[in-house]
Amino acid sequence: MKTTFRALLGATALCAAGSVAAQENVTLTVATVNNGDMIRMQALTSDFTEKHPGITVEWVTLEENVLRQRVTTDIATRGGQYDVMTIGTYEVPIWGAQGWLVSLNDLPEEWDADDLLPAIRDGLTVDGELYAAPFYGESSMVMYRRDLMEAAGLEMPDAPSWDFIKEAAAAMTDRDAEIYGICLRGKAGWGENMAFITAMANSYGARWFDEEWTPQFDSPEWRATLDDYLMLLTEYGPPGAANNGFNENLALFQQGKCGMWIDATVAASFVTNPADSTVADSVGFALAPDNGLGKRGNWLWAWSLGIPAGSQKVDAAKQFVAWATSKEYTALVAEREGWANVPPGTRQSLYDNPEYASVPFAQMTLDSINAADPTNPTVDPVPYTGVQFVAIPEFQGIGTAVGQQFAAALAGQATAEQALANAQALTTREMTRAGYPK
Amino acid sequence: MPRAVTTRRKAVTTLIAWTIGLLIFFPILWTVLTSFKSEADAIAIPPKFLNFDWTLANYVTVQERSNYFRHFWNSVVISFGSTLIGLLIAIPAAWSMAFVPGRRTRDILMWMLSTKMLPAVGVLVPIYLLARNTGLLDTRILLVGVLTLINLPIIVWMLYTYFREIPAEILEAARMDGATLRSEILYVLTPMAIPGIASTLLLNVILAWNEAFWTLNLTAARSAPLTAFIASYSSPEGLFYAKLSAASTMAIAPILILGWFSQKQLVRGLTFGAVK
Repeated sequence: MKTTFRALLGATALCAAGSVAAQENVTLTVATVNNGDMIRMQALTSDFTEKHPGITVEWVTLEENVLRQRVTTDIATRGGQYDVMTIGTYEVPIWGAQGWLVSLNDLPEEWDADDLLPAIRDGLTVDGELYAAPFYGESSMVMYRRDLMEAAGLEMPDAPSWDFIKEAAAAMTDRDAEIYGICLRGKAGWGENMAFITAMANSYGARWFDEEWTPQFDSPEWRATLDDYLMLLTEYGPPGAANNGFNENLALFQQGKCGMWIDATVAASFVTNPADSTVADSVGFALAPDNGLGKRGNWLWAWSLGIPAGSQKVDAAKQFVAWATSKEYTALVAEREGWANVPPGTRQSLYDNPEYASVPFAQMTLDSINAADPTNPTVDPVPYTGVQFVAIPEFQGIGTAVGQQFAAALAGQATAEQALANAQALTTREMTRAGYPK
Repeated sequence: MPRAVTTRRKAVTTLIAWTIGLLIFFPILWTVLTSFKSEADAIAIPPKFLNFDWTLANYVTVQERSNYFRHFWNSVVISFGSTLIGLLIAIPAAWSMAFVPGRRTRDILMWMLSTKMLPAVGVLVPIYLLARNTGLLDTRILLVGVLTLINLPIIVWMLYTYFREIPAEILEAARMDGATLRSEILYVLTPMAIPGIASTLLLNVILAWNEAFWTLNLTAARSAPLTAFIASYSSPEGLFYAKLSAASTMAIAPILILGWFSQKQLVRGLTFGAVK
């Protein structure tokens, strides 16, 4: 027994010595989602390793939900499997407050934190500490077919109202030709239909909770939001809209079947790419609609790089994060792949660059991001942060459950009234169980 | 007396069998076809069956982006390793349960099976912590161990069923001839149970190959098998079905080929004991 214990002690000492020696030669494990900008970063890793000899980078690319489950397990147990992880604006405030992430306030001065767009920076900061560096930011906006709009005798304003969207959707729909006036997310999920509907609800003056954390689905604002959402999709949307998420709508739009599509700004580079899109030449952009209440129906999201507190290689990880989110990285992508492929939406300097201004969706992306305020998302005050989500751990479950109610209403399995009553009941139950108000 | 089978009855049975077979095979066929489409063709409505521009571009992309052979080798080590260790433990266990059952043997068998009824995610955090504390996270040893434990009940149950079909008198005769316990199991029982052991091995290799909860949750970069390879091609923003299909085809191809060559053993083993 004693011998075993000694052998174990010896092995532990060897391991410790090994990790000290490994400081010279560090392998970083980076976990990321499979999005175009991330894959591009993976392909450009050699630029980083050339500048930082002694650091090698291993990539773990996973599907978004698998990644979220995987990194949550690791970070909650301080497993130390990952040194850099791709996380969103939903996780950062929660994990930062838990002390699960390393503060990035001490990144080198030339990294220039003051250049970050304020809305994005605010979403990643908890109590003055920046817990993740934004890799790319996105909001949502209206993408529309200029040719169909013209044929309908209408002109899209830069900042349309929901009434205009309804009018345009009606005018553009031609079911015989399989052209639907509007395509919106219908697939249930807190990051799918609820991202869109929550952002839309903000522009109607609705909110998830009042200042006392009481759910608000019984309010007239929510009723108006859901009625209009259901009306738009059932009257002018594609068949089977309750199954459509981002990718399905992207496919429909690229095939010329949607007159308008309100979704992530990152879609702009897909729908204007002639290799994939049959309508690349005739896409126009506008801000997400409003109802004259001072808030627009657009969201805010930033895929960001964070360092888990369990990482043993924080210094090397910081060097990687600083490289991937720097101005120099942007310049590198522009040089190799063109300005349209630069990760958008994080830095003011990118939008001050005259070369980037020629990208057709650049200004609209910036305006959309600036129109979102994660700390003050809707008309009335709320106790939470997040535009299209509520940054509390319970939201993933509640958001998806409410999303299922709304998807059922869209599929005709329930009325709007029933869906809202169910949403109110289940949210109240879950929030009570979670001990709110806290 | 064998039953008389009319031609008509035969034709109907054949038709039904083929229809069911094709229905079961269709998702795999569709995945393989999609892997040769462009991303735009992959989501075309109405779907394109054979009339699309065939391309190998997805396979090229997948090859460029991922280290297929590393994932493949991890899958081989994990699935065969866990199954072989499982067999080593399960053959003696099944022998004792089949030939020298005690009062509680049936209860033990049921209890073993009951461990399969707990949702895996319920024990994720404890197992993750154990693995972290022993420094085994993201190693093949951990996955071999975990998958052995997970599939052990099935292996024991399958072998137990086969062994029960073997007349105990034969083993008794060997014992009368002076065979030790070891040689009884090794030289008498095992050769007779080869079809059963082979099909157990194959089925468990397939189960371990396709296991996608633990292999995704306990691995990072070094020991990730083909399940993680597939999971890396699904994307929340952007079209991915064709590339995902190419990755899936590459991941299932080895096990499909293995299954094809051993289908005789598999069918024999799976129906063994069912037809009296």
